[in-house]
Amino acid sequence: MTGEPLFEVFVRPRRGLSHTHVGSLHAPDAELALRNARDVYTRREEGVSIWVVPATAITASSPDEKDSFFDPAADKVYRHPTFYDVPDGAKHL
Amino acid sequence: MYGNDFAGPEAGSDGGLLGQVEAAEAALRAAAHRGRVEGDPAALQDYFDAVIDADQKIEPRDWMPDAYRRGLVRQIAQHAHSEIIGMQPEGSWITRAPSLKRKAILLAKVQDEAGHGLYLYAAAETLGVTRAELVDMLLDGRQKYSSIFNYPTLTWADIGAIGWLVDGAAIVNQVPLCRCSYGPYARAMIRICKEESFHQRQGYEILHTLSHGTPEQHAMAQDAVDRWWYPSLAMFGPPDTDSTHSAQSMAWKIKRFSNDDLRQRFVDMCVQQAGVLGLRIPDPDLRWNSERQAHDYTAPDFDELMRVIKGDGPCNAERMAHRRRAHSDGAWVREAAAAYAAKQEEVVAV
Repeated sequence: MTGEPLFEVFVRPRRGLSHTHVGSLHAPDAELALRNARDVYTRREEGVSIWVVPATAITASSPDEKDSFFDPAADKVYRHPTFYDVPDGAKHL
Repeated sequence: MYGNDFAGPEAGSDGGLLGQVEAAEAALRAAAHRGRVEGDPAALQDYFDAVIDADQKIEPRDWMPDAYRRGLVRQIAQHAHSEIIGMQPEGSWITRAPSLKRKAILLAKVQDEAGHGLYLYAAAETLGVTRAELVDMLLDGRQKYSSIFNYPTLTWADIGAIGWLVDGAAIVNQVPLCRCSYGPYARAMIRICKEESFHQRQGYEILHTLSHGTPEQHAMAQDAVDRWWYPSLAMFGPPDTDSTHSAQSMAWKIKRFSNDDLRQRFVDMCVQQAGVLGLRIPDPDLRWNSERQAHDYTAPDFDELMRVIKGDGPCNAERMAHRRRAHSDGAWVREAAAAYAAKQEEVVAV
């Protein structure tokens, strides 16, 4: 068996929802990857739209730098509405 | 379906199996929503332990102990191979199904098994092994598949017995794997278990129809149950006293229940179901033990299980020969598809 490229598969379950990663598969090209994805991941009407993306095209953050990479968000509690005191009597805030 | 040293379903719940799968899925989401696990990811082993303790999932690019990675590759690969080889015993009845309806259903089921194999190969590949290596290890016998598929399907009733007993045992074994600590495996198992429940019901319906048909049909159903009962019990693997991988696997939350616990749960479920079918479980010593609140039953022949695993079952050679032939017969298709893809790229490049 030759090493056919790996594709990551994303499915939109219904209109109004985002595409979600459901798994991966091997195929010689994108067109066949799409057909295979239909057979493997949507045999029971799980989706109305499929994306296939070559796995090599994905750049991922490294889990080793989990803390440092996401740190800048950790000390900015003022980005959340719960940070603020709402004066008594103020409505619709 | 599954491999014979795997753990099984979630215990104790009297909700249906599908309910347990959904509970596992909800637990997966709930754990994720509890937020990030405290700890320093740079302290590798400590962080890994903390994630497991918090019932959260280990994901592909996380650090993990080598033995955890190796054990998962072995288990997931064996499971994937079982799905692929598992297409054969049933596939042999597609052309002989008794009606168009039964044929369409059986085709859909066998196609599901192929899909299950693919979900699992994809999960194994996230651990750093390639598909080509996995396929090679199946074809040259370095990795095993479940011994249950080395038994022949002699009559149409065997398709019923496989659905009820073999898929039933697989589900009992697999539902707890929906809570496995390795994310990609847990997610694949949730998908598989949801689909597997159709398999079990279609088998049960076949047996029920035969059992309530002519005396000959009833006898055919009983004969199938007689032959598949003990091999199905053997699917849960060796008794706890001889099981080699269990303790570590439990600590890592890969496996959740012991082989014997799962086997007992399966027996207890089957007794009532057999009653509804009007079929007899071929065990003269099967009886309710009110002290244990469980059925006493005769253990399967574990020497036979070992012989079949080692290659000396009724169909081992046939199954492997068929798989190798299918793989080499398909080579030209893979080559043609690769050549076409290369040509298309050239066209784009020009």
